[in-house]
Amino acid sequence: MFEAFDGHVPLQAYLLLAAFLFCIGVWGLINSRNAVRVLMSIELMLNAVNINLMAFSSFIDGDLIRGQVFAVFVITVAAAEAAVGLAILLSLYRNRVTVDMESFNLLRW
Amino acid sequence: MTIASSTELICFLLLGVGVVLGSIGVVLLENIVYSAFLLGGVFLSVAGLYLLLNASFVAAAQVLVYVGAVNVLILFAIMLVNKKEDLKVIKSLRLRRILSGGVCFGLLFLLVRVVITTNWSLPGPVAIGEAATERIGEHLFTDYLLPFELASVLLLMAMIGAIVLARKDVVYLESTPESDLKQGLIEQAQPTLLADKPTNS
Repeated sequence: MFEAFDGHVPLQAYLLLAAFLFCIGVWGLINSRNAVRVLMSIELMLNAVNINLMAFSSFIDGDLIRGQVFAVFVITVAAAEAAVGLAILLSLYRNRVTVDMESFNLLRW
Repeated sequence: MTIASSTELICFLLLGVGVVLGSIGVVLLENIVYSAFLLGGVFLSVAGLYLLLNASFVAAAQVLVYVGAVNVLILFAIMLVNKKEDLKVIKSLRLRRILSGGVCFGLLFLLVRVVITTNWSLPGPVAIGEAATERIGEHLFTDYLLPFELASVLLLMAMIGAIVLARKDVVYLESTPESDLKQGLIEQAQPTLLADKPTNS
C-alpha cells in the first residue's frame, strides 16, 4: 500500500482523511434535524473534496497546479452557496417559525 | 518550504485528528453554537493541511473565506434563528439513523478500497513549491479566465439573491391627502404563513 513510504506523508493518507470527512458530512446531511447543521455538513463535504483536489495537485500534478485553481473555484462557489443557503433559511424561518427539517414538508409526495 | 519529514508526519497526524474529531463533533453535538465553533476549528485544520501540501495561497484563501466569512455567516444565522423548540418525536428515527449510517459506512468502505487498490502514478512531476501562487495567477488569467469571470458573475448573483431572499417585505402605503406626513416605506411584520398547519400523514 505505502510502498513508496520515505518518511513523507503519502498521498493515500490525505485521500483517506478526505474520505472520512466526506462520509461524516454525508451522515450529518441526512440526519440533522437543524437546518443550519445541514448547511454545515455541506461545507464539510466541500472541504473534503478540496482536500482531495489539493492532494492530487501536489502529488501528481506538481508543476501545473491545476488542482489548486479548482480548489479556489470550489471555495468561491461554497461562499456563494453559504450566502444563498442561509438567506433561504432565514426566509423559511420567517414563514415557518422553526428550523426543524422534518417540518419542511411542503413538497412532500 | 521544506520541513523535516518527522515534523511533517506529526503535523499531519495532529491536523488529521483535529479534522476527524472536529467534524464528528460538528455533526453530533447537541448545542449548535458549539458545532459552529468546532466547524471553524475544522476549517483551520484543513488550512494547515493545505500548508503541508505547499499551497500557501489556498491556505490563506481558506482561512479568509471559510473562517472569516462562511463561519461568521453561520454564526449570524444561528443567532437569528436560535429558538428553543421541542423537536417533534419522529418514529423510526433510530432505524433511519442506523440505515443511513450503514450507507455512509458502505460509501467509506468503497472510497477506502479505491484509495488503497488504485495504482497512483507516483511520483509525479517535481512540485514547484513556493512558486505556486504565481502559477495560480497565471492560470487564472490565461487558461482559466472564463471560469474566473463566471465566478465573479456568480458572486454578484449570490449577493443580490441573498439580499432579495433575506429582506423583510416592505409595504408601500398609498398616500391619502390627510396622511401626507405618514407616507413612506413602512416595514411590517409579516404574518407567519402555515405556522400552525397540522402535519398530516
